[in-house]
Amino acid sequence: MVELSTLAALNEERQARRAAVLVSDLASGNQRLVKQDAIPGDPLAELLERQLRSGKSGMIEAEGTSYFLTVQAPHPRVVVTGAVHISQAMAPMARALDLDLIVIDPRTAFATPERFPEVTLLAEWPEEALPRIGLDAYTAFVALTHDPKIDDPGLVAALRSDCFYVGALGSRKTHGRRLERLTEAGFDETAMGRIHAPIGLDIGAVSPAEIALAILAEIVATLRGPRRKPV
Amino acid sequence: MISTETDILRAAEDWVRGGRGVAIATVVETWGSAPRPVGSHLVIDGDGNFLGSVSGGCVEGAVVAEAADVIADGKARMLEFGVADETAWQVGLSCGGRIKVYVEKVN
Repeated sequence: MVELSTLAALNEERQARRAAVLVSDLASGNQRLVKQDAIPGDPLAELLERQLRSGKSGMIEAEGTSYFLTVQAPHPRVVVTGAVHISQAMAPMARALDLDLIVIDPRTAFATPERFPEVTLLAEWPEEALPRIGLDAYTAFVALTHDPKIDDPGLVAALRSDCFYVGALGSRKTHGRRLERLTEAGFDETAMGRIHAPIGLDIGAVSPAEIALAILAEIVATLRGPRRKPV
Repeated sequence: MISTETDILRAAEDWVRGGRGVAIATVVETWGSAPRPVGSHLVIDGDGNFLGSVSGGCVEGAVVAEAADVIADGKARMLEFGVADETAWQVGLSCGGRIKVYVEKVN
């Protein structure tokens, strides 16, 4: 028996893009909703976190009782600055992976619907677009323009948020200069260490599509957690 | 697809607020090749209207029938479906898998 109030609370968390786990003891019918913020303090914290990380509902055993965990994780999405060749290649791949893609680029010559069919495209500066979108723990942020005027404000917003992934395109030299600017903006090494650069899994990617693949693979790996630890 | 499952739970809430008796069926365990993953929902009202799926069509009819009893007496039920026995016209899964479906009423 699920209470209407529990169901409504679950739906409300979903609406607000917050994770929640409904814990059901199927033998007794007892149920409780554990919201994202309450998970670390829950008696089943470790099991709830593991289940949430998998993004899937499932049965667990704890102290002789089996519970069914209904996992509600916000839909993962990828926010990109740069309506460039790599993000064009990324669009169909993200769709196949069931990742929502949002592309931001104030340069209207780049941000055209012809270049980005069926993609949420915002021809705006990141400073305008990002507060409205709201970066959260189920959002990956990727900077692809090579232009600090566009990428830097995006990275600043991403580093101040709970984004599960932050990545920035550019050579080691470019990234070195970027770190200098971010240091001046007040970020320390721990904060800047969140930035994946060089961006993407090291598969020797050369073409825009290969780079898009490397980036999306790194995003999926970060989202799901590695199954095999590198030796 | 988590998003789709949650849209179904939103519908369940709306139905209850609209005064309908509603049951939620959830796939809680699967063995072998199952058509819908654990966590898939089917939402059923007292008139047998339903949304979502727990098996892609194989056992929905049986779940909807059980849901009528769940809505009537308020008691949750665990249903188990195995391989279809075509000669006996029994409800089952043609894919050869087995699933457990938990059906509960929304109070």
